[in-house]
Amino acid sequence: MYIYDEIDQQLIDDRVRQFRDQTNRYLAGELSEDDFRPLRLQNGLYVQRHAPMLRVAVPYGVLNSKQVRKLAHIARTYDRGYGHFTTRQNIQYNWPDLAKVPDILEELATVQMHAIQTSGNCVRNFTADQFAGVAADEVIDPRPYAEIMRQWFTFHPEFAYLPRKFKMALSGSTGDRAAIYVHDIGVQLYPAADGTVLADVIVGGGLGRTPIVGSVIKKGLPWFDLLTYCDAVLRVYNRFGRRDNKYKARIKILVKALGPDTFGDMVDEEWKYLKDGPGRIPQAEFDRVNAHFQPKPYESFAGNDASFEAKKAENPAFARWVSRNVHPHKRAGYSAITFSLKGLGFAPGDITDAQLDKVADLADQYSFGEIRVSHEQNLILTDVKQSDLFALWEAAKELKLANPNIGLLTNMIACPGGDFCALANAKSIPIAEGIAQRFEDLDYLFDIGELDLNISGCMNSCGHHHIGHIGILGVDKNGSEWYQISLGGNQGMSAKGTPTSLGKVIGPSFAQDEVPAVIEKIIQTYLALRQDDERFIDSVQRLGIEPFKERVYAKAN
Amino acid sequence: MPKLIKNGQVLDDTSVILTDSEGNEVHEDGDAIVPLACWLEERHLLKERHTSVGVLLEGDAEPAELKDDLDFLKLIVINFPSFVDGRGYSIARLLRERYGFKGELRAVGDIQRDQLYYLARCGFDSFVIPDGKDADAALASFNDFSDSYQATVDRPVPLFSRRRNQSAN
Ligand code: HEM
Ligand code: SF4
Repeated sequence: MYIYDEIDQQLIDDRVRQFRDQTNRYLAGELSEDDFRPLRLQNGLYVQRHAPMLRVAVPYGVLNSKQVRKLAHIARTYDRGYGHFTTRQNIQYNWPDLAKVPDILEELATVQMHAIQTSGNCVRNFTADQFAGVAADEVIDPRPYAEIMRQWFTFHPEFAYLPRKFKMALSGSTGDRAAIYVHDIGVQLYPAADGTVLADVIVGGGLGRTPIVGSVIKKGLPWFDLLTYCDAVLRVYNRFGRRDNKYKARIKILVKALGPDTFGDMVDEEWKYLKDGPGRIPQAEFDRVNAHFQPKPYESFAGNDASFEAKKAENPAFARWVSRNVHPHKRAGYSAITFSLKGLGFAPGDITDAQLDKVADLADQYSFGEIRVSHEQNLILTDVKQSDLFALWEAAKELKLANPNIGLLTNMIACPGGDFCALANAKSIPIAEGIAQRFEDLDYLFDIGELDLNISGCMNSCGHHHIGHIGILGVDKNGSEWYQISLGGNQGMSAKGTPTSLGKVIGPSFAQDEVPAVIEKIIQTYLALRQDDERFIDSVQRLGIEPFKERVYAKAN
Repeated sequence: MPKLIKNGQVLDDTSVILTDSEGNEVHEDGDAIVPLACWLEERHLLKERHTSVGVLLEGDAEPAELKDDLDFLKLIVINFPSFVDGRGYSIARLLRERYGFKGELRAVGDIQRDQLYYLARCGFDSFVIPDGKDADAALASFNDFSDSYQATVDRPVPLFSRRRNQSAN
């Protein structure tokens, strides 16, 4: 992973000092609430239901064990012993004391971490494929590009006060695991015939109140133009994006109003003046950054490990875990594994300080000390020898992180909802819990097969409900909490070639205690109507939502 | 009286912003500032009668409209109706980097000390600190950061190119 040099370190130290001063001025009454708000937000500090909430950046989801131990320490010392991983690959703390936040930032800075631009109307944390660098279907490793872009947009003086927040994601695989079509800017990297790296740039996607699938506005952009081109996009947005209405302020609204072609022309006009300027990425810089992302010192294996195959044959529970939580790797004899942060008794994405410490130990022992965060709110070890998988599985079981549900219905994405979030219309966590209970039976879960279920507590869509195969949205009806169900959303190009799509609402919403049964009916409809080994999403796309709607509302009436 | 920070010094801001579109009221001492629309209408008259006129731009202004006047103008003022309205940063860079404006570029309006570092990097070199804010204390904010990653007006060579030169030595 990228290791800071002295200047990178100096900059985050500068930031800690700056934020300590801002916090002191606020606490001393020299800085008003209104003036402090944008400043604290650009440091990931929200004021929430119970306490401030601090969102710590995990750039493109990559962590080392030392950092994870620090996150555990912060959970223990400054919070209530746990943290919450988010769909933007970050971690949130729900109970810090505002006056202590500068101390937390100072501790984070000692392990090259920070909360810079994790919220506010500025360029947010870059997200990327959680299997970057190791995925079997990867064509270009997005990490060095993400790191170069991360640096460029950190403290970017022109774009700190945008009309609205700005999110970018990168993918370099044939399967899109970074949801690049629902970001303000999505970048798809691929090699040209001559081996040079090109990018397709997707602009104007997003969820929230107005969900939109982004448009490709630039095809085949040379990699060294990524910064100048994104600067041009951001400048057009900064100047012409709407500022009169916060619900219409995202770049997607501007792109939609102008049309992607016109918007693309405006960007090209702007880019003309920037492309050959100082922002063009020098090869030497790419090489410097890329040196941090070299393949690990792998051992050589001819093929699959024999003991691994034998263990699978003799232990069905292990085989089941392997089938869901172990992922193909570029290197023979290696795999990536997912620790599931989804199970009964805790909120999706939650993890305790003790678990974090143990995950760090396991990463040191089995995976070169590196840990990834997925936008599905799970943790990943990317470089595990197949001969170690059994031992790792047993350790994960002890930690209660071995739920074999990756890609299945209970691997739900859920936002913190009404239990923590001041913006919520409804709770998310009890809904997730109710569904997890209903679908506890593993055989049933495996029979249902691949399915993304996403839950948001309000229209802001932090839980990505629009792009869940099944989406659940908390809505407010006369002051009480209801849930709207949508079907047919899809987060990104899968190996099976299903493009990004937005779910369709099936009809009137439901009370909290009805939701698990409604999901059950949807699943039964699917099981009755599916053809061969058709996945849920493919059945919904073939059949439309009508048959599901009929079954769900038939009994309710 | 609001304070003006210029060349690292805190001064009283005595400038007058005229909103009269006739442009006739401009003081002979050259301290007056006229809105862009007034400048565009009365440009010839103003040029004839005054050696120094400032033009005031709002966030929705198109800086290209001043392209041909930049040699004459010694002062361009950009207004920030709210400190979270960041359009002025882009306009400043366009004036400096694309159109080559060399005169004084001033930020007025809702200017907080916590924006000064970024404003300076986008090419502003004077700042009107609103009444009631401590302009002397604000001076410290110009040193919020010791370096920066991007190519900007005040430091046109981005960090990656400076790093490269270092390692080449
Ligand atoms: C508890 C505090 C939180 C607050 C106050 C909050 C606030 C918001 C708001 C206001 C939006 C709407 C943005 C828009 O205008 O489109 C939003 C969207 C979003 N938030 Fe959060 N959020 C919170 C927690 C989270 C968490 C926990 C996650 C990850 C699990 C998250 C990730 C996202 C994502 C992915 C979106 C959709 C982005 C898009 O429009 O493309 N947020 N959030
Ligand atoms: S979707 Fe709504 S309820 Fe959930 S975290 Fe986001 S803002 Fe809060």
